[in-house]
Amino acid sequence: MKGPGKILAVFFAMGVALAMCLGTGGADAAQGKPVEAKVGVISIITGQGAAYGEAITNGFKLARDEINAKGAVRINLVIEDSSGKQEQALAAAQKLINSERVVAILGPTLSTEMKVVGPEANASGVPIMGTSTTAQGITQIGKFVFRNSLPESQAIPASIGKAVKKYGIKKVALLYGNDDVFTKSGFDTMKKVAEDIKLKILTIETFQKGQADYKAQLTKIKSLNPDAVFCSALYEEGAVILSQARKMGIKVPFVGGNGFNSPKVIDIAKDAAEGLIVATPWFAEKNDPKVKAFVAKYQKAYGKKPDQFAAQAYDALYIMAEALKKAGKADRTALRDALAGVKNFNGVLGKFSFDAERDVEMEPNVLVIKGGKFQLFQ
Amino acid sequence: MFLEQLINGITLGSIYAIVALGYTLVFGVLDIINMAHGEIFMFGAFIGMLIVTKMNAPLGAAFLGAILVTGAMGYLLERFALRPLRGKAGASHLAPLISTIGVSILLENVAHHLFGAGNQLFETPFAEIKWQVGSATVYLVQAIILAVSVLLMAGLSAWLGRTRAGKALRATAENLETAGLLGIDTRRIITATVVIASAMGGVAGVLVGLAFNYINNQMGLAMGLKGLAIIIFGGMGSVAGAMAGGLILGLSETFVVAYGNSGYRDAIAFVTIIVVLLNKPQGLFGQAIPDARR
Repeated sequence: MKGPGKILAVFFAMGVALAMCLGTGGADAAQGKPVEAKVGVISIITGQGAAYGEAITNGFKLARDEINAKGAVRINLVIEDSSGKQEQALAAAQKLINSERVVAILGPTLSTEMKVVGPEANASGVPIMGTSTTAQGITQIGKFVFRNSLPESQAIPASIGKAVKKYGIKKVALLYGNDDVFTKSGFDTMKKVAEDIKLKILTIETFQKGQADYKAQLTKIKSLNPDAVFCSALYEEGAVILSQARKMGIKVPFVGGNGFNSPKVIDIAKDAAEGLIVATPWFAEKNDPKVKAFVAKYQKAYGKKPDQFAAQAYDALYIMAEALKKAGKADRTALRDALAGVKNFNGVLGKFSFDAERDVEMEPNVLVIKGGKFQLFQ
Repeated sequence: MFLEQLINGITLGSIYAIVALGYTLVFGVLDIINMAHGEIFMFGAFIGMLIVTKMNAPLGAAFLGAILVTGAMGYLLERFALRPLRGKAGASHLAPLISTIGVSILLENVAHHLFGAGNQLFETPFAEIKWQVGSATVYLVQAIILAVSVLLMAGLSAWLGRTRAGKALRATAENLETAGLLGIDTRRIITATVVIASAMGGVAGVLVGLAFNYINNQMGLAMGLKGLAIIIFGGMGSVAGAMAGGLILGLSETFVVAYGNSGYRDAIAFVTIIVVLLNKPQGLFGQAIPDARR
């Protein structure tokens, strides 16, 4: 969004300003008139990671059109590009806060960006909500910082908890990629959860990215006879591990992290993928009219199925709209208080609340691969 | 478990050995490391996959197809990337090495284009066939891998040791000029060596597909590095060294995981190599050559 995009954004902003002048503050005073609000978005529009930014902004735009059509709240989005860079994200935030005078900010995309943008927004008293930031300590930045993206430290306990309950798991083997930050942190959570609920850890095995032969590790795991295997892997390696394990006769359930949560697992491992359990905030096949409607509308507008990032963005703007309606006016502090009070919001991700620390409180979907596709695990 | 891990180790080790043989043959004759060997091996795996998985042809056809295609690739490699540089005035003796690196990058990207990125399933109809031997499970696939590698290694040793062509190859490896003076068509021998080495890479590719069920266009690099380590460990240019080195690396990697910590898998394997090299710098079966060779 370097050249024409920026000009468009300026026109857009001018249009918004004009609209606001015409409205002259009547909105918050008079009943029945919509709450007008300008909401800033910081996302990755260009460069590496632009695919995330595309899904996220698509989710926002779809939600905006629907919300505005309903009429109780009128939201104008001001979208800024961060390119995934901290300094650019900060500059975008300053522009949104000081010259655009937005009432709240959605984004930025990466946790590393949030670490610099969050304190700035917090100090300026602007509510900011991350829709894709899953690292530890995001909402602890300050009382104006929120997020609706489920951290892995909440997803993994959910999948392990359900699997343990259903299969009566007592002893487990852990397997993880030790050369990747993401799989390593997933493993740390798995180990902690296993220790907390007093599962017996028989062995901890590791592998490296791109490895082809997991037979030595799997033969060892098989001989120890675990009730389940907790495996923190990205799907490329994870699918191969599953396939080799099943061929070797390891029939116990596998519980995976979010890296494992991809339809690609089924493409690669075929039948061997059966019985893999993962937890995810977003499940596109869910038998819920809200989810079905969203998937259909998104697919019609953008020609592909919404992923987790689009869904989280979509819900985030609805949460914002609900808080705006409750606040009754586009005021930063009033909006913050209204946001902090959001409880049992019903979105496409399911029932959502902010906890006391403005972090996510929701029941993730626990899925299992059955009959060649992801299904809800019951 | 011991028996199963032993079989795992031998399977892995014999695949390593066959990959290493391809390197060592070319090194023996040309004194260069063929950096494209790993990628030729990867192509062999993909050809085998296309024949077995996509065309549902028998395994023998996969081996034959892989041998034909990789053998032809070996010929082209020699004809266009190595021969033009040989004996050319002013060409550094490293020039062929660099040109094989170029070929390896080319092949990796061609494979990406043709076969796509990511893991591809190498499906064999008999992957599930197995026998119970005592407490251990032995798979037909493992038996095939073992049989093919033993046959290949025995055949190569016999060919090198007993036939005229093998003798000519050894003479060429000993000294290119002298062999030429003695009436050996060294150019033909060199071409034959590169073709045979590449075809062995193709066979190894099919074996990897059988053993691990998945192949991707990056596998040449990983396997190539192992193969290089093995020929240094076993002795550059030594056929016996490549076989022994391959088996030792495969077994040590497997047993580190089985009875130790899988995090140290590569570390211990390579520490073993370093220790051996410190005591015997020319490698397990290597001879002190440099002066006599050149």
